Amino acid sequence: MIKLIGILIILIGFMLKLDTIAVVLVAGIVTGLVGGLGFTEILSTLGQAFIDNRYMTIFLLTLPVIGILERNGLRERAAFLIKKIHSMTAGKVLIIYVLIREVAAALSLRLGGHVQFIRPLILPMAQGAAESKYGELNEEQIEHLKGYSASAENYGNFYGQNIFIASGGVLLIVGTLSELGIEVTPLAVSKAAIPSAIAAFLVATVQYYLLDKKLARLSTNKQTEKEVE
Amino acid sequence: MVDVLLEGIYIIAGLIGIMTAITAFKDEGHPKRIGTTIFWGLLGLIFAVGRYVDPVIIGVLLLFMGVLTATKQVTFGTLKNSTDEFREKKSIEIGNKVFIPALSIAVVAFAIAQFTSLGGLVGLGFGSVVATILALATTKTSTKYISHDGSRLLQQVGSASILPQLLAALGALFNAAGVGEVISQGISGIIPEGNILAGVIAYCAGMALFTMIMGNAFAAFAVITAGIGMPFVLSQGANPAIAGVIALVAGYCGTLMTPMAANFNIVPAAVLETKNKNRVIIAQAPVAVTLLVVNIVLMYVLAF
Repeated sequence: MIKLIGILIILIGFMLKLDTIAVVLVAGIVTGLVGGLGFTEILSTLGQAFIDNRYMTIFLLTLPVIGILERNGLRERAAFLIKKIHSMTAGKVLIIYVLIREVAAALSLRLGGHVQFIRPLILPMAQGAAESKYGELNEEQIEHLKGYSASAENYGNFYGQNIFIASGGVLLIVGTLSELGIEVTPLAVSKAAIPSAIAAFLVATVQYYLLDKKLARLSTNKQTEKEVE
Repeated sequence: MVDVLLEGIYIIAGLIGIMTAITAFKDEGHPKRIGTTIFWGLLGLIFAVGRYVDPVIIGVLLLFMGVLTATKQVTFGTLKNSTDEFREKKSIEIGNKVFIPALSIAVVAFAIAQFTSLGGLVGLGFGSVVATILALATTKTSTKYISHDGSRLLQQVGSASILPQLLAALGALFNAAGVGEVISQGISGIIPEGNILAGVIAYCAGMALFTMIMGNAFAAFAVITAGIGMPFVLSQGANPAIAGVIALVAGYCGTLMTPMAANFNIVPAAVLETKNKNRVIIAQAPVAVTLLVVNIVLMYVLAF
């Protein structure tokens, strides 16, 4: 049981909103120590795994181009385009994005990313759609829009990716089951991912439909406040 | 070949870190100039040459970087985006061509992943380089903004950008210390044997819960499938392909609800500059819970 202390440290650290990186490091070291590893062994495991997983931080490469495009009015242009389409709502922008993202993920197209797509394209589009409907948005409306826009990327990415036959998730399932003595084909696994992907799209659609209602409600509140003033 | 190219891409990523360090150092008005410089400089070095260094030294450097973030020495400086007026003017001048570089990252990455044997990561590297060149050409921007805007965004995202990688390292330590075995033994003691529905619920909920703790559904899958999936679902006659993939998806429902999945939930909140750093999780929680229930039903109905 004492080996679970790392999980406890993480839970407490996150709850107290302590520095995330320090909390993770402390949890790792303490877990290693109670697990009987030497301090040098802990440092070397930590360092080696950090090097092996550099691919997780490869989005660094996309930062300069996104920054340069933002400097040159990328978001302004996206907002301009969306303002021209009158029937579009913020919710519909996100529904369309989840659909595109899921299909792209299923085809193993990496057509997404919070830094690459949500910040420069989708959020300004959703915001532009909402602004064309409610005028200048208040802080609360923008805050909600940001959260929902980020979620569209995650829904599309997570629930679409396993439909691709050679995705990491599918290969992990095949490999893990094989170690347990069960043989399955990647094709069978990827087909089995389709019902969950459809379900995720439907649930996301309902949520974004409700987002439009929420934006309308928050907007009415703002006007009422103004009248009171 | 792929390894050489990948190492080259890590060196470029490292240069972006070093560039950020230099930019922070030159930033006279930076509130935490020295700490920020050291943090990004070390990260850049680890990316660029870390492979040739003793992992123990990397471990020590990571601890030092942890001390810097814990003492709040890594912050955003005074780098500015262009003015509102400039951006408005440029957006009219450049028009829709501004989207071409943004899309080219994905298009090039896909072309390389699909039509060569180099893989998606190398593709992403090439895509970024091509996109940067296209961006400079279409916007007629000076190359000095490669480092200015790259550093600006990286400092904005902040130290949270290394969290995914650090969590993977934590997972490695957990494995080495045998944490997974303890958890599967513990959970295995609670579930009634022979009840299919109870097994399915335990498998899916266990995946979601363990993913929330670990922040990584892949890491959870191996542990929970061996600990719960095998004895309580698969051995009762479930179709393994269906049960397996739905269990992993149930894990993703956990991913949507945990700050431990920093690259999906916390980094994006920073990237979008939300007031509440848990904003993305708050938006996702209702969908995650609904989908967890839906997937429990799907596994129960489709796998048996």
